Amino acid sequence: MIEIKNLTKKFENKIAVDNISFKINRGEIFGLLGKNGAGKTTTIRMLTLQTKSSSGEIFYNRNSVINNEIEVKKLIGVVPQHINFDQDLNVYENMELHAKLHHLKKSERQQRISELLEYVELGDVSNENVRKLSGGMKRRLLIIRALIHRPKILFLDEPTVALDPQVRRKIWELIKNLKLQGVTIILTTHYIEEAENLCDRVAFLNHGKLIAIDTPKNFCTKFEKNSLEEVFIELTGDKI
Amino acid sequence: MIEDILTVFWRDWIVLKRRLTKFILSRTVAPILYLVAFGFGLGKNISVDNGTYIDFLVPGILALNSMNISFNSITPVHAERVYHKSLEEYILAPISSTSFVTGKISAAILRSMISSSMILILAFLFGAKLNLSIVFIGVLILNSIIFAGLGFIAAMTIKTYEEMSQVNTYILLPMSFLCGTFFKTTTLPEGIRFFIEILPLTHTSYLLRGLANNFEVSLMSLIVLIIYAAAIFFLSIKSFDRQLK
Ligand SMILES: Nc1ncnc2c1ncn2[C@@H]1O[C@H](COP(=O)(O)OP(=O)(O)OP(=O)(O)O)[C@@H](O)[C@H]1O
Ligand SMILES: [Mg+2]
Repeated sequence: MIEIKNLTKKFENKIAVDNISFKINRGEIFGLLGKNGAGKTTTIRMLTLQTKSSSGEIFYNRNSVINNEIEVKKLIGVVPQHINFDQDLNVYENMELHAKLHHLKKSERQQRISELLEYVELGDVSNENVRKLSGGMKRRLLIIRALIHRPKILFLDEPTVALDPQVRRKIWELIKNLKLQGVTIILTTHYIEEAENLCDRVAFLNHGKLIAIDTPKNFCTKFEKNSLEEVFIELTGDKI
Repeated sequence: MIEDILTVFWRDWIVLKRRLTKFILSRTVAPILYLVAFGFGLGKNISVDNGTYIDFLVPGILALNSMNISFNSITPVHAERVYHKSLEEYILAPISSTSFVTGKISAAILRSMISSSMILILAFLFGAKLNLSIVFIGVLILNSIIFAGLGFIAAMTIKTYEEMSQVNTYILLPMSFLCGTFFKTTTLPEGIRFFIEILPLTHTSYLLRGLANNFEVSLMSLIVLIIYAAAIFFLSIKSFDRQLK
């Protein structure tokens, strides 16, 4: 489904992602794990065509992304790590803008937006300006906004940060449901337990390099650990 | 393509609609002051080219106002790019850069035309006699494209908010006064005059004034404006594409 070959991203004096290669299979939940600054967000930004790679190639369904940007953008949904709403629009209008940009017809648009708002219990605030939402409400909105156009591939950059336990569970349930519908999911998280429960496979990044990639179970067996978190600490070093 | 342009325009329209009264009132203050101070106060006993000063002045005010409104209508994109990051929605969307830029510039044209209409109404109330035509409106639109485009390029390239406002102080403000808006550029010293007469706003003032007062105008100025508009539109698209670097 997605193939990455020798992907590298250099900023002025810093290599954020260093020559990584791997494949993500159709329909799997794929976790990108690593410490702060490991290069997870930068990798996602390259995969979602928000930033150009310094070198290397990206393929979606065997087609290079180069000169194929619009087609790729139709396939993907992106939940960024940071809040990026249009501050001049209210909750509903932010959703509507996304829906229009992805060419949903009016009737489908309205139905889809209300259904998603209800799902994360934001129906009551749909006419509020986004500035007025609490941190967790903004996160929920960020997630459902990415789902409006029913993307085949969903990127979630720390989707459950700042969510209360109930909502977090709801988001897990949502992610699992999406997988059942055949959506391919790429997520990053610092809750290693979350990755262990959700992900079919995880990749560990450290200082921009890909150091290991496998199923959570295999990792635990290979490293003789009880949890993926222990594997994480061993692989990425326990020093900050 | 058209659908995407409309979406981008729609977003700006609903934001404008919400503040329409405020927008109109606030954007009318400066032109009224110009009309009163220069048109009534200073210009009462002045006549230019056998016409009244107010007939000379209003096209100049229209030109500079259209420049300022167009430029400043589009500069909020700077905050959307740098602070709110909401520009990412458009970067991630399956739409072309051309659609985005066209939608944004169209919304700026709308704002500038609303404001121009207000000035014209005021000017007529102040007793100005001006001749409006399709070409006149066309020149105003070209001027809007040029300065909305410049605003867009600035918003895409400039790093901080401070530098954004410096463009207003160091570029737009001098042009507001020097580009044939309040007086003819022929009165300027040679060196400065050459430089000023290259600038697009000078051509806009000259054309608007000529058309409004039924003077003969040179086609060259119109061609200059069209070239400016096309080049700046093209560069606007490039500046948006460069966000992906
Ligand atoms: N625009 C940028 N300019 C310069 N350096 C950058 C830029 N964006 C990221 N970096 C650097 O690249 C490295 C990787 O950053 P990235 O955001 O990808 O890390 P991350 O794994 O997502 O971290 P976190 O868990 O904190 O979100 C960091 O050292 C960061 O400082
Ligand atoms: Mg990150």
